[in-house]
Amino acid sequence: MDLNPTDEQLEVVSAVRAFLTDHCGPDVVRASEPGGFDPDLWTPFCQMAGPTIGVSEKLGGGGASLLDLELVCEQIGSFLAPVPFIDSAVAARILASSGDPGRQYLDMLIVDPSTVSTVALRPAVGGISALVPSGSIAGVVVAIDADELVLVADDIAGAGPRNLGSSPLADRSVRSSGRSVLATGDIARTAHAEAVDEWRTLMSGALVGLGEAALALGVDYAKNRHQFGAPIGSFQSIARDLADAATLVDGARLLSREAAWAQSEDEEQFAPLSSMAFLFATRAARKASNVALHVHGGYGFTLEYDIQLYYRRAEAWPLSLGDPRRGVAHLADALFGPAEAS
Amino acid sequence: MDFRLGPKSDAFREEVRAFLDEHLDAETIERAHRTGTNHDEDFHRAIGRQGWIAASWPAEYGGQDRDPFEMTALRDELRLAGAPTDGMGLSLIVCQTIRRVATDEQKADFLPRALAGEIIMSLGYSEPDSGSDVASIKTTATRDGDEWVINGQKMFTTLAHVANYVFLLARTNHDVPKHKGLTMFLVPLDSPGIEIHPVHTVGGERTNATFYTDVRVSDHYRIGEVDQGWHVMTVALTFERGGFGLSEADRVWERAVSWAKETRRPDGSRVIDDPYVRERLATMRTNNEVARLLANRTSFVAATGGLPGVEGSMHKLFYAESMTADAAELVDMLGAEGVVQRGDDEAPVDGWVEHLFRHAAVTTIYGGTSEMQRSIIAERGLGLPRSGR
Repeated sequence: MDLNPTDEQLEVVSAVRAFLTDHCGPDVVRASEPGGFDPDLWTPFCQMAGPTIGVSEKLGGGGASLLDLELVCEQIGSFLAPVPFIDSAVAARILASSGDPGRQYLDMLIVDPSTVSTVALRPAVGGISALVPSGSIAGVVVAIDADELVLVADDIAGAGPRNLGSSPLADRSVRSSGRSVLATGDIARTAHAEAVDEWRTLMSGALVGLGEAALALGVDYAKNRHQFGAPIGSFQSIARDLADAATLVDGARLLSREAAWAQSEDEEQFAPLSSMAFLFATRAARKASNVALHVHGGYGFTLEYDIQLYYRRAEAWPLSLGDPRRGVAHLADALFGPAEAS
Repeated sequence: MDFRLGPKSDAFREEVRAFLDEHLDAETIERAHRTGTNHDEDFHRAIGRQGWIAASWPAEYGGQDRDPFEMTALRDELRLAGAPTDGMGLSLIVCQTIRRVATDEQKADFLPRALAGEIIMSLGYSEPDSGSDVASIKTTATRDGDEWVINGQKMFTTLAHVANYVFLLARTNHDVPKHKGLTMFLVPLDSPGIEIHPVHTVGGERTNATFYTDVRVSDHYRIGEVDQGWHVMTVALTFERGGFGLSEADRVWERAVSWAKETRRPDGSRVIDDPYVRERLATMRTNNEVARLLANRTSFVAATGGLPGVEGSMHKLFYAESMTADAAELVDMLGAEGVVQRGDDEAPVDGWVEHLFRHAAVTTIYGGTSEMQRSIIAERGLGLPRSGR
């Protein structure tokens, strides 16, 4: 057992962290709202760690594992970085695993990694994938349309609806002119399911980072805010909630990394672990941001304080996959097999 | 990173499984459950002969130099089998301390017998008025020549009725701050003046209240320096070397899943296909996985030369609180039949879910309450200012 990232992983993480510390303060996050995308951050980010790093080297990528990507996503979540890394990284990997039509677009991404691509997580209905993550900024969308896994290379959709997490969500047509079929039937479904599990894992990494950063804001405030002549962090009811949140965040980090590790090291467990990681990171991020906002008292409710940025995203980000309770049902299918019709 | 426990741990796990197949029968498990005494002399001696009571210790002290991940395998398998291990667990805490602080003469007297499984020890820290605030105990030990005279009362002296010794914390100095006037003794439980009264718990375990009236022990039974009892008590915790793993929640979850797959409702549907059942079991599995990872992290910290203080508190807090919450969810999941207890044919999951519900509550209390763990996490982990308690 070794729970420490490798030196190489630590190097990447600290480079990403240093970059985001310099270029992605809360002012940058605010300025990206409501669209949720900062191209001036994304382009240099891609020069450092573009979404094709998760593609094998023989296909022109960086050969990074899902765990390597997860560690980057923890940092993205921690800074709420308005960059479509998760969606683009998952899209690049599904293109790499599909045949020729996908490879052609993959080559395009490798030449210019800042090309935004994404995977529609839920099946299209009537030729439309609704509220696709990064849907308002992606030039390439991979989606399930009935029995087919399709790729749509299209004009960028433009702004989608204003939303809780200020995310670049938009509806996308999957039957427009630039449509190619990547796979059909079981192969299509399996490839898409694997991509969604990878998205779950990377999103859980981002939620862990979000939870950790939100908790740090709450802890810092509790140490410095005085009431009744004492720092409020010395009050047990405040300390208790922060301790509970810290425990959930630590557990979520371990589980998220385990799931990412399992993708290449314990493949049978990857599907259930990615579901567990996603559910638990959702719980941890929400608890941490909720507690941290609450600790700020009335100030936490104002837009001036940064904690609101975390609180809204902790609720919003996981919802691209729908109701988390349905996610529990999905996990149950992975653990117990699908329910028999009675 | 690597989340596997590793080939050494896996190989040892196989060894433990084979041992349990041979030495642990259903009647032993049932007897422990029925009597509430989670100790079996024959089984304990078999573990002792195997060299596993202090398997992590260096060979020179009677151990096998097992690493924290091998210890995880040992404890996992004992737990999953439902083995009665209180005697092993409690004795080991005492032996850890003796090994660190006792004289060579004392070590020679107690350790070989304890590691062979010939004697077991119980813990005498808590008192009726002193739980989490252990340093406020009132039991006294007064010097009389070469002897000490002990008077007082201890609470939750689990296994005292079958143990050979009680590791008893007593006040020896009233003129100093409360932490500085305590001394530790290993008192033979067959000494005149000791009375043991059973205390029965909601979890079905039998524990004890023990009473000490002019109990005389020689200075040989004093462990550590006079007035250094607080230090002696915390030594065992300081040198805890991880090795935690699965819990009762994992064992009962596995049984509940098997039961739900095998059992059909009157309408013919399988229990496992009920969406409410699936949601409960999937959520509990997630919590169990997190608890396991938090446990493994303490082993990893210990294996890499650290002292898993805050990490240990997070594991203890999370496993106990989630086990308690999940046990209640599982009883609910079983509906009206969920209340039927073990021993009745109608009891679903052989009554283990109902039992888990009753047992789980104590895990948030013993070994440091959830409140104490949260204080450690808040103060030592997050750096929050010390609270006024």
